[in-house]
Amino acid sequence: MKPAPFELVRPRSLDEALEALASSPDAKVLAGGQSLVPLLSMRLASPALLVDINGIGPLAYVRSDDDGVRVGALARHTDVLGDDEAARVQPLLRKALRLVAHATIRNRGTTVGSVVHADASAEMPAVLALTEGHVTAASVDGRRRIPAGELFVGPMESSLRPDEVAVEAFFPALPAGAGTAVEEVARRHGDYALCGVAAVVRPGEGARVSYFSVCDVPVAVDVSEQLAGGPTDAAVADAAELALTRLDPPADIHASADYRRHLVRVLTARALRSAWDEAHEEGR
Amino acid sequence: MTTRMLGEKVQRVEDDRLLRGQGRYVDDLAQGALEVAVLRSPHAHARIVEIDVDPVLDVDGVVAVWTYDDLTGPMAEPLPLLIPHPALTHGRTQHALAKDEVNHVGEAIAFVVAEDRYVAEDAVSRIRVTYEPLPAVVGVEAARSAEHLVHEDVPGNVAARLEQATGDADAAIAAAPHRLSLDLEVERSASTPLEGRGTVARWDPDAGRLTVWSSTQTSTGVRAAVATKLGLDLGQVDVITPDVGGGFGVKIVHPWPEEVLVPMAAMALGRPVKFTEDRREHFVSSAHERGQLQHVDVGFDDEGRLLGMSVQLWHDHGAYIPYGLIVPIITSTQALGPYKPEAYKVVFESLYTNTVIVTPYRGAGRPQGVFLMERTMDAIAAYLGRDRAEVRAANFIQPDEFPYDQRMTFQDGRPLVYDSGDYPQLLDKLKALVGWDDFESVRQEARREGRRVGIGLACYVEGTGVGPYEGAHINVETTGKVKVAIGLTSQGQGHRTAFAQIVADELGVPFEDVEVTSGDTRRMGYAVGTFASRAAVMSGSAVALAARQVKAKALRIAADALEAAEEDLEIVDGHVQVRGAPASRLALGTVAVLSNPLRYAFDEASKLATQFTVGNPDKPPVEEDDEPGLEGRDFYSPERSTFAAGMHAVVVETDPDTAEVKILRYAVVHDCGTLVNPMIVEGQIHGGVAQGVGGALYERMAYDESGQLLNASFMDFLMPYVTEVPERIEVDHLETPSPLNPLGIKGAGEAGVIPSAALFASAIEDAEGIPIRRMPISPSELYDLRRKAAENAGSVENAGSVESARSEPVETKESR
Ligand SMILES: Cc1cc2nc3c(=O)[nH]c(=O)nc-3n(C[C@H](O)[C@H](O)[C@H](O)COP(=O)(O)OP(=O)(O)OC[C@H]3O[C@@H](n4cnc5c(N)ncnc54)[C@H](O)[C@@H]3O)c2cc1C
Repeated sequence: MKPAPFELVRPRSLDEALEALASSPDAKVLAGGQSLVPLLSMRLASPALLVDINGIGPLAYVRSDDDGVRVGALARHTDVLGDDEAARVQPLLRKALRLVAHATIRNRGTTVGSVVHADASAEMPAVLALTEGHVTAASVDGRRRIPAGELFVGPMESSLRPDEVAVEAFFPALPAGAGTAVEEVARRHGDYALCGVAAVVRPGEGARVSYFSVCDVPVAVDVSEQLAGGPTDAAVADAAELALTRLDPPADIHASADYRRHLVRVLTARALRSAWDEAHEEGR
Repeated sequence: MTTRMLGEKVQRVEDDRLLRGQGRYVDDLAQGALEVAVLRSPHAHARIVEIDVDPVLDVDGVVAVWTYDDLTGPMAEPLPLLIPHPALTHGRTQHALAKDEVNHVGEAIAFVVAEDRYVAEDAVSRIRVTYEPLPAVVGVEAARSAEHLVHEDVPGNVAARLEQATGDADAAIAAAPHRLSLDLEVERSASTPLEGRGTVARWDPDAGRLTVWSSTQTSTGVRAAVATKLGLDLGQVDVITPDVGGGFGVKIVHPWPEEVLVPMAAMALGRPVKFTEDRREHFVSSAHERGQLQHVDVGFDDEGRLLGMSVQLWHDHGAYIPYGLIVPIITSTQALGPYKPEAYKVVFESLYTNTVIVTPYRGAGRPQGVFLMERTMDAIAAYLGRDRAEVRAANFIQPDEFPYDQRMTFQDGRPLVYDSGDYPQLLDKLKALVGWDDFESVRQEARREGRRVGIGLACYVEGTGVGPYEGAHINVETTGKVKVAIGLTSQGQGHRTAFAQIVADELGVPFEDVEVTSGDTRRMGYAVGTFASRAAVMSGSAVALAARQVKAKALRIAADALEAAEEDLEIVDGHVQVRGAPASRLALGTVAVLSNPLRYAFDEASKLATQFTVGNPDKPPVEEDDEPGLEGRDFYSPERSTFAAGMHAVVVETDPDTAEVKILRYAVVHDCGTLVNPMIVEGQIHGGVAQGVGGALYERMAYDESGQLLNASFMDFLMPYVTEVPERIEVDHLETPSPLNPLGIKGAGEAGVIPSAALFASAIEDAEGIPIRRMPISPSELYDLRRKAAENAGSVENAGSVESARSEPVETKESR
């Protein structure tokens, strides 16, 4: 389990990094390395050039304002998790990050890296999809904004180009009067979920849920209609059935597809109820 | 009087160093050595048509490549079948490098030595092998059907069939008032120590000596194997075990292919060579355990007493069988536990499959035996509508029945005779500890809150401390420091602490003055190894015996020097003194000086020992039958194993919606005879329980039908984290000393893991009212069982949220 030979550059500025990426057709960005390094070690990835962005200090930030939370490419999961302002502006961040891996991994892994790694079992892509956030990508050609809806194109596949660095992820602020929840079932604490659901509910206004681990890309579903009369047994069941038409729960060695479908129902109900209750508590 | 150390919770002397990262493991040694990577089979079963290593030879940094064709002499012969048995009629072992055929994914084919591991792996990826794939035999069912054979010359894939019986079980079952049959299954798991396998070898051409450092549970075994394979005298080979990052059984297997290939390469190349196994390799090229199918027929009376029990086992031992029949023999015999069926018959078949070899993993067949017996006990209790603890108690061997002869032959070829124990008392303690009799109120209370809880228990007896022998050598330095060498190896158990406690007591020296070395053939050439919970029993006893020798000699020499009678002397705090008269005491270091009459003085202390100063001028300086030095060396060899016992109880909560299982309480009562260090014993229990939780609820080896291991990484092989094991394990001890050894010790190393599968099955069954016949169990599988149970009960809808009207387990039952 040793990586194949590769070249490593450690740029000090974003421009240097972008130039390095532009210089090779087979380059990869190295952020926290918590996903990429295992892939290299198992020789499942063998890029010719690694562009280590860890030396670009200005990318390490978490900034919150009334619009939302901006997470720089070098903000570690831990930084975002611990940021009280971010948790106030968009509570889903903390609720989801608590469930991402373990402290040691969160200390290295970056939230932006997690988003662009586009693992449909990961929490943060589902949060970005649910909140309809976006990622800002930079290359030698300039910057562009990729909305969540266009970012996730397939399993572990984002629409980010190989010569781009995702410099920032933006998570819009939670609207007033809304409640949120993240529910998942994982085999062990901190594992990728067997099934996960994130929810935002604004009683009387709308409700959305998004899913991870039961689909190839994060799937967000509008269930406002179902939830119009509150999270009754029938309403949450209808919401889950609607979602299931859009999901494709896989069978693997950890769980059957049937069980995952069952979890979609259970966790959709839990998440919607809990988000609804929270909205009401906030409202009081 | 020095305070007694035996039985004290002494802090482990190992921990400070290990916790500060100062451990020295195989991979930490011989920096700059050449490194190895191994080409391993991607196929579960294939003929090797051609191997082309040419593309490797011009990779920069590659030093040498071996395939089977390059091996000569004993190296070209199959690896040894370590433990032959008359019933093992078709034993097959692998070659160090595959010859013509591969029989599991991961089997070694080519051995590349390079300047470092990176280059070696680059080289391995360039070797081209042409395979002719053959059908793979995966799982017990496929092996039994024998539609395809693993080894062409092994009919039916059967390596061995062994039957043991006491009484006429079939007749007893037929005549019994009640009968039940159960089909059971336990899946594979593995030892998975944190440190994988590893070997370093250095050949010294000047001295003609080979030094091997290996991460092994038996340095003497490795030494013998290496010497034999390489045609060296034992005396030319030293094997040293540095710190070992866990073994749990897998490292008792020897020699691994790499364990002989590395020394071979070091001799051939004249440079130190190192192999460090990585995690993925460990999954596919070391060993697994546990996988068995079981069928039980049992006849019993109204109290649940076992009148006749007949067991059939199908044991999946993988592609080869280097460790013989130890695991299924242990399952067969230790299934009996604390019970005494009137008639018992067990027959097993040990079957080849195209998977990784199966060799003992902590518990070594006992978890499967306990599973079948305890599942049977629970099934009987359910059938009779009796309390599960009561049914067990009705079958216990009673305290006045020891020694109790189970009339079977144990794994060491000796009669299965239990030496001592008190099972009724253990059960009483367990029931009190966990609140067994009050559990119905706990259940009702939980039910009122919409929660589903269950309690389970499981009992076991563990034959520990098997022979043939272990030894110890102790010498007292002239500084008074006491150096102890034991031959068996340490993998973190705390031997250095426990054995120092024994020596401190036996010899009357401060604990801090005792230093223990293990697993170094230079210090102790005769030893067996660390397995079967035998270190404390075997080496502990040998250490005590050797210390007694040292003490006797010290008193004899001191009696002379102090002009006192030996009987009047004692050793206190490292000094010999006339009992109760510390004024004229003699330090043990001084006694050591006196024990060795010198011609040459090299320091102040040795001046005291020259031939002009010591001894009686009319006698030879070293008397007949005596030796210089204050040393003792002795061996302990018991006539048979000593039998520890224990009982565990667990309270679980199962989520009515998600089918997740949460552990609410975990209680252990345990009897390992005399406790040398209760803290170490409890640590062993805690670790064992954690490993058992893994085996019961998380771990499995997920092979697909083509023989690919789908979860060969810690990402998908779910070893429990600290968050999955019970926060608190309630432990109570009972001490019924063994009459078989000087200190009354019984083994404790494996105990914690033994009852887990049975225990969790019992508790989940209790919570759910659904029979559990197969372990481990995941939430997805429990959900499946619920759904099937609901289908059977006619309500398909609510599988996930049956508000448990507890139904009785469904059995094939028959009553007369
Ligand atoms: C044991 C373990 C458990 C885990 N459990 C979970 C879990 O439960 N949930 C979860 O969500 N994650 C989990 N993770 C993954 C973890 O969150 C990763 O850290 C994260 O997914 C990737 O972030 P990173 O900074 O480590 O990215 P890296 O590993 O450095 O990179 C990952 C990929 O993204 C690309 N990339 C990274 N940053 C950028 C960027 N700024 N611009 C362009 N491309 C970029 C890389 O080129 C690479 O392809 C786990 C990881 C481990 C090791």
